[in-house]
Amino acid sequence: MSDLTKLTLAAARDALKKKEVTSVELTGAYLKEMEAATALNAYVTVTADKALDMAKAADERLAKGQGGALEGVPLGIKDLFNTKDVRTTAASRMLENFVPPYESTVTANLWREGAVMLGKLNCDEFAMGSSNETSYFGPVINPWRRKGSDAKLVPGGSSGGSSAAVAAWLCAAATATDTGGSIRQPAAFTGTVGLKPSYGRCSRWGIVAFASSLDQAGPITRDVRDAAIMLSVMAGHDEKDTTSVDRPVPDYEAALAQGIKGLRVGIPKEYRVEGMPADIDALWSRGIEWLKAAGATVTEVSLPHTKYALPTYYIVAPAECSSNLARYDGVRYGLRVEGRDITEMYENTRAAGFGPEVRRRVLMGTYVLSAGYYDAYYLKAQKVRTLIARDFTEAFTDVDVLLTPTAPSAAFGLGEKTDDLLSMYLNDVFTVTVNLAGLPGISVPAGLSAEGLPLGLQLIGRPFEEEVLLRAARAIEEAAEFNAAPDAWWRA
Amino acid sequence: MQMREARKEDLIQGQTGDWEIVLGLEVHAQVSSKAKLFSGSSTTFGAEQNTQVSLVDAAMPGMLPVINRFCVEQAVRTGLGLKAKINLRSVFDRKNYFYPDLPQGYQISQFKHPIVGEGQVVLDMPEGRTVVVGIERLHLEQDAGKSLHDQHPSMSYVDLNRSGVALMEIVSKPDMRSAEEARAYVTKLRTILRYLGTCDGNMEEGSLRADVNVSVRRVGEPLGTRCEIKNVNSIRFIGQAIEYEARRQIEILEDGGKIDQETRLFDPKTGETRSMRSKEEAHDYRYFPDPDLLPLEITQEWVDEIKASLPELPDDKKARLMREYGLSSYDATVLVGEAARADFFEEVAKGRDAKLAANWVTGDFFGALNREGHSIEDTPVTAKQLGELIDLISDGTISGRIAKEVFDSMYKTGRDPAKIVEEEGLQQVTDFGAIEAAIDAVIAANPDKVEQTKVKPQLAGWFVGQVMKSTSGKANPSVVNEILAKKLGLSSDD
Repeated sequence: MSDLTKLTLAAARDALKKKEVTSVELTGAYLKEMEAATALNAYVTVTADKALDMAKAADERLAKGQGGALEGVPLGIKDLFNTKDVRTTAASRMLENFVPPYESTVTANLWREGAVMLGKLNCDEFAMGSSNETSYFGPVINPWRRKGSDAKLVPGGSSGGSSAAVAAWLCAAATATDTGGSIRQPAAFTGTVGLKPSYGRCSRWGIVAFASSLDQAGPITRDVRDAAIMLSVMAGHDEKDTTSVDRPVPDYEAALAQGIKGLRVGIPKEYRVEGMPADIDALWSRGIEWLKAAGATVTEVSLPHTKYALPTYYIVAPAECSSNLARYDGVRYGLRVEGRDITEMYENTRAAGFGPEVRRRVLMGTYVLSAGYYDAYYLKAQKVRTLIARDFTEAFTDVDVLLTPTAPSAAFGLGEKTDDLLSMYLNDVFTVTVNLAGLPGISVPAGLSAEGLPLGLQLIGRPFEEEVLLRAARAIEEAAEFNAAPDAWWRA
Repeated sequence: MQMREARKEDLIQGQTGDWEIVLGLEVHAQVSSKAKLFSGSSTTFGAEQNTQVSLVDAAMPGMLPVINRFCVEQAVRTGLGLKAKINLRSVFDRKNYFYPDLPQGYQISQFKHPIVGEGQVVLDMPEGRTVVVGIERLHLEQDAGKSLHDQHPSMSYVDLNRSGVALMEIVSKPDMRSAEEARAYVTKLRTILRYLGTCDGNMEEGSLRADVNVSVRRVGEPLGTRCEIKNVNSIRFIGQAIEYEARRQIEILEDGGKIDQETRLFDPKTGETRSMRSKEEAHDYRYFPDPDLLPLEITQEWVDEIKASLPELPDDKKARLMREYGLSSYDATVLVGEAARADFFEEVAKGRDAKLAANWVTGDFFGALNREGHSIEDTPVTAKQLGELIDLISDGTISGRIAKEVFDSMYKTGRDPAKIVEEEGLQQVTDFGAIEAAIDAVIAANPDKVEQTKVKPQLAGWFVGQVMKSTSGKANPSVVNEILAKKLGLSSDD
């Protein structure tokens, strides 16, 4: 087999089971691609030896006819997941040399099913960003370019390493996390599938926390089936995370076989924002037609509090982050920059250890929780959050899923929005509501922009109805026949 | 709010008139539990530094707290013991501040919605007076680690063994009016916690410590500005700190000054309090609900189950001892101060003369324990043995006087009283012949006294003493009295 790295996760899994390929061959092929793709800066740590060891072990099990659901399949892991004895940085100088003695629950689930770890993927520092430009290890470059241009584009964020690696065939699939769109927006920017599960579907134990009430792990994959396969393994109740939910994990892949005849699709009218590019608007309309053609009914719905979602998100998320990041104080692990006394040590350590975006959010969060401001900001934001969630609950009495664009633009240029934070934050406008309400959402590549860049459509479902969501996503995927690919310029 | 007024004798005399002290206490009680509040680490006191620290306690990246149900049960049990309202829904908040021994950068506590609401503690004061102190609330929170400043010339070390240990913060209403009442409050609270088994009450090991809020006012005036004295770790120091602080505040006010609301520290060496930080320097803790923990919800059924398993509490036990054994309020109070003491008494008193048992237990027995520095747990004399000693008195085998000797011997050797009496020949002599012979000898030797006694019958006591002396105290006193009265011609004038 020549193009081993072009196989979807499902195809690779099947080929491994049938012994058409070994995990060592497959892993070796990926490691070779990774070596040739350093220009993308997708990986911050490559674990080649560990990968080959894991591959060998997988091959032995496969040879005996044993093996789990992902036996021998090579994966990339966002560097927010703690991996035992493998450096875990959260793309921050603060944790540049941090090697955890423990394994996150989600990655442990993957290894239990035989997956192979290729390395740790770059991301925005502590997952704070929408373009992967806040990483201490430098930005990730999008494998995609505009037609006729070699300007570097961002892969989206914060899971930019995950999306770029999947799009550039540097792993069969990747883990990612989503706090306000960090799985779905990068997926949309790179022509990949990004699934953010319902809050509580995957354990957060061992994932470096950004905003605890919003963070959720999920996969970025080549297609919808791969997302289903990954989620079946990643998801599950965990006694170590009391916010994880104790309910059975369905066979998501099996659910795909069921069509969407009779599915009721809602189009939230508040998502028709001003200044939305025509190609995205057109793609959205096409998406509606595709779903209708597949047997769904489509109606307009209203989510009246949508306009408050971004400000609410940018109060709740920084508030939680300001507290979650307090543990990085230079006392026990991570970076320490000495000072004359303990206070100066804290100041020096945190000033040097955190980049500007992280510092900004810690300051914003500290401010909104301060005495005298708490009621006006944090408390009010929590109330609005309740209203946003109620909007969805009401909409979901009439429809089963919602269809929206994933992001208001295609991938933008490196450095293009770093000076215009509001415009950067606006990128999350269609995705943050889903986190605020704890719902599952998925981005499916559905077409190309006028400039030849991938665009995604987002589907939003009821809590813990990932099966419905995946079925609808599969219908979009089948109709869109998205098979464009970047031209591998980075290998030059 | 209707507030208690101090008794006249509790007022403090200043230069310009009488002042009333108003006191409220926040007691931090370590929950008796093998594991910490949000992790499985051990809580054993005195372990080697940093050997009882889990990934959660050290706040490693990505670690999450999981509530220890037993600690919740202990808090509910305590709430029930304080006759308090149990809140079926409570919320854990984060109290944010930086300190090296606070690994997370926040303490998980309960701010707006504590697990236990209002309750009360009844204080037993001298002369049978009682004072009711209201409980404002009880909440669960994590303890911090410990900074060690004496291990290195320029650095401080941190021991995280305590980090994450469960504490109950028990907040009283400002219902106390004297240092004596504050001491009685902590003593009583500690007794209740020990009865419940929810805190060992060991102040030396830091299992129980108090923040004392002190303010003063002239009688009838509104509440004054208070100062909070942090972390006082003995009942004696609590009293000293209050006495000093009240005097300090009165002096300032009488000099025309005003009290600054501040946090102060008590220095046991000087017996003084000094300023730690002013209100302006106070932290902004930025409390908010901990998003890692769902609100804590418990069921009424579970609370009822816990209630059904409560032991008899000190107030109930005291009432019962007074009722069943006819004890005085004082004796009963002394006995119920420790459940083990009351249990000991009941074992001794069972089927015996309760008053005699109470005298022996609270008198000679507690006296010996105090003198020898023993506790009821390591007493050399068991309740069974003390009971047997009382039996020997009651059945006339030995006299009360001899019993004291026997008790001393029991305490020294742990031997059974019957054995001591037998081996040392201490049985009381009730043999009329032998006693008569002893009396005759005394009378024969003292004819002058016999004559005097005829005029002055009280002198018969002297003869009793002589007879007891000559029989080494073994003569049965009532038999001696009886025979002597006859011989001296004093009988049957009653």
